[in-house]
Amino acid sequence: MPYPVEMQDSIKNVAATRQPRLNREFPRLESSDKKQLLENYHPDYRPGSKKAIPLGPNKGELVPIELADLIKSPSRLNPAAIELEKNHYHTDVLVIGGGGGGATAALSAKKTGAQVLLVTKLRLGDSNTTMAEGGIGAATLPEDSPAIHWIDTMVGGRFQNKADLVEALVTDAPFIVDWLTNLGVNFDRNADGSYETHMPGGHSRRRSHSVKDLTGLEIMRVLADEIRNREIEVLEFSPAVELLLDEDQQCAGAVLLNLDTGQHFVVEAKTTIVCTGGMGRLHPNGFPTSNHYGATADGIIMAYRAGAKLLHPGYVQYHPTGAAWPEQMLGLLISEALRAQHAQLVNKHGQMFINRLETRDAVASAIIQECGEKNNGVVTPTGMVGVWLDTPLIDIICGQGTFLRRFAGIYKRFKKYDIDPINEPILIYPTQHYQNGGVEINTNGETNVPNLYMAGEVSGGVHGHNRLGSNSLQDIFVFGRRAGRHAAEKSRQVNLGKLSLDHVKAYNTLLQENQIETETVSPLILPDYRFEKALTKIQHIEGS
Amino acid sequence: MQNDIITLIPVIVMGKRYEVPHGLTIMKALEYAGYQLTRGCGCRGGVCGACATIYRKKGQYRLQVGLACQTVVEADIYILQLPFFPANKALYEINTTIPDDLNIIKLYPELLRCMGCNTCTNSCPMELEVMNYISAAIAGNYETVVELSMECVACGLCAARCPAELAPFNIALLIRRMVGKHLIQPSPQLAQRLEEIKAGKYEKELHGLKNTAPGEIEKKYKELQATKGASV
Ligand SMILES: Cc1cc2nc3c(=O)[nH]c(=O)nc-3n(C[C@H](O)[C@H](O)[C@H](O)COP(=O)(O)OP(=O)(O)OC[C@H]3O[C@@H](n4cnc5c(N)ncnc54)[C@H](O)[C@@H]3O)c2cc1C
Ligand code: FES
Repeated sequence: MPYPVEMQDSIKNVAATRQPRLNREFPRLESSDKKQLLENYHPDYRPGSKKAIPLGPNKGELVPIELADLIKSPSRLNPAAIELEKNHYHTDVLVIGGGGGGATAALSAKKTGAQVLLVTKLRLGDSNTTMAEGGIGAATLPEDSPAIHWIDTMVGGRFQNKADLVEALVTDAPFIVDWLTNLGVNFDRNADGSYETHMPGGHSRRRSHSVKDLTGLEIMRVLADEIRNREIEVLEFSPAVELLLDEDQQCAGAVLLNLDTGQHFVVEAKTTIVCTGGMGRLHPNGFPTSNHYGATADGIIMAYRAGAKLLHPGYVQYHPTGAAWPEQMLGLLISEALRAQHAQLVNKHGQMFINRLETRDAVASAIIQECGEKNNGVVTPTGMVGVWLDTPLIDIICGQGTFLRRFAGIYKRFKKYDIDPINEPILIYPTQHYQNGGVEINTNGETNVPNLYMAGEVSGGVHGHNRLGSNSLQDIFVFGRRAGRHAAEKSRQVNLGKLSLDHVKAYNTLLQENQIETETVSPLILPDYRFEKALTKIQHIEGS
Repeated sequence: MQNDIITLIPVIVMGKRYEVPHGLTIMKALEYAGYQLTRGCGCRGGVCGACATIYRKKGQYRLQVGLACQTVVEADIYILQLPFFPANKALYEINTTIPDDLNIIKLYPELLRCMGCNTCTNSCPMELEVMNYISAAIAGNYETVVELSMECVACGLCAARCPAELAPFNIALLIRRMVGKHLIQPSPQLAQRLEEIKAGKYEKELHGLKNTAPGEIEKKYKELQATKGASV
């Protein structure tokens, strides 16, 4: 499906202005202008895009409306209908979530000698981890150090990170690269065996370790293979719907749903590690997302009902360049590296409107303004809007062959739809990418609820208000390993009382008492794209 | 801004006929038809292999394959998703399984049953040269296996169609892991960094940083940014 006629005229505008734009850069924003741009257009800052959490430990805190709505929904589970005595599974450690964080936690708990059960919503490995392209951050070069990595991460997180968590992250990181290599992950290497490394935005040294543009896929399939080799029991298509507590308010396992049969069943576990990932599929503020199908914030919802405290749940990362056309690629991540290689952002008239090297939040805001209030976006036949990333500039400025050498994956994907990004621009719009906050943890991955652990994107504190590229893959392995080990050791001393879902009943009652009414139930488990919802919809955030 | 006029085309999902808008992927067409996907959907972005699909166009005998999230529907196509295939996966201890033909044949004896029919290559939605990497595996050219199979999303279609009942994607995964673990020279830089950390070299500095005001750290950051060099 090459560009439809409706879009061709605008492409001609872009081609016509390309030559004059060659040696020009759009001026960088003054810091006061940037502040205003963010306040007016960035979804994190705009008052209308967030709502206060009406109850629980984080009462009053502002979070995206879609998340708030799920937090204030009653459970999808009818506690009275579950026979808790008839628990079908007993285990030392229950790991919920089969992405990189969950797989690592399971392997590490098993190695520590515990009996482990891993349960996941879709297949083992269906996760955001598999989708990670760029790489995994660790200070392994001589000119780098864990201390420099710490500084970059804290500045990136606007100093809202928990300093101890960042220390754990940067200190364990090189060991994680070693561990993954020893499991047989084929990192990009130089002839002398050293790693080929890159420097994503916000970092001060080259420290992102890559496997072409398939880093997550390669790591995830190796970890999943190792789970099978270690004969760890895995239940697929069995999402957790609520956590279980005992009379002493200790976490004691979870109620799962068999997605094939619709039946619920009970797992009693001495310790529970939740690794359920992010929330992209809530489509906060109507944005498309780069996330996988199962990224629906379930972990946050379940843990919050069980009394866990959240940290920075309102901070969401929108990546400025998600694909807006073709329809089949909507929301898919287009790497920042294209802009580093001189691709400019231009509107439907072929005019620049933001410097290509501004930070993610500023670029995203400028695009939203251009497509919304200024009405300078290109409208696609499916009703999506976007601006152009002028990719032909890459070969013109950096030399013929650069695009294919650096971005073979992107080239191949667009080529499938008869779009040639070497010679034609590509249409982009910001896409929801990452949940910066989550359930608060300590350096062992423990939450404030006894026996309940978190690791990965579901957790909060490691990245403060804003995560740097390549730090998330590292986060899931560092804290997956720590949580797995600690939960396995702790399971030896845990004595559980009677299993209970009283906290779910109490939560539902509290909602009623506060006259909080919703039509939804939570956790969401899967987004609903049936019927006309299968068609692209996007709500703009109009500027004030 | 939605277009008012949508052209509908018929598709046949496991024998049932639905009308769906032209231009949708097979995945969205299934959803438009009313399916709440549980199986057969993962990343929705062409990298996880959850959505392997077999289809046939009207009037043709040839079966075609694709990823449902990446393939656009056409009028009158017959669609079947293949969300699971019971492929053979050998169990092994990676630390002691060095890459040689003895080990590989022991784990996957069926490798030698390959008859070179090329069905696997023709069934790969990622357009990988599956048969060539299987030949390379038999010939002991393990680096070639790594190179040719790196983009594999393990959708299972090659295994489903192989008349010799190989699971090429699992064989490639074994060999890639063996190569990564046993044939690549370790990084001396990494080894040194691990020694430094174990010896506690950075503890004091990190402790100091944790007790430094944000303003000071911000300053250090600016200095670091100034010396970061040009590499991206
Ligand atoms: C397109 C893309 C590119 C990225 N690129 C990079 C990169 O280059 N570098 C980097 O550092 N980071 C990157 N990230 C971010 C990073 O990949 C993720 O943040 C990280 O992998 C999250 O890992 P996780 O284990 O916490 O969650 P996930 O990998 O998402 O795994 C969560 C798992 O939990 C399961 N689950 C969810 N709910 C339930 C439930 N109720 N019951 C049971 N199971 C459940 C899910 O199905 C899934 O298997 C990228 C993210 C995306 C989307
Ligand atoms: S859903 Fe992952 S490849 Fe199609």
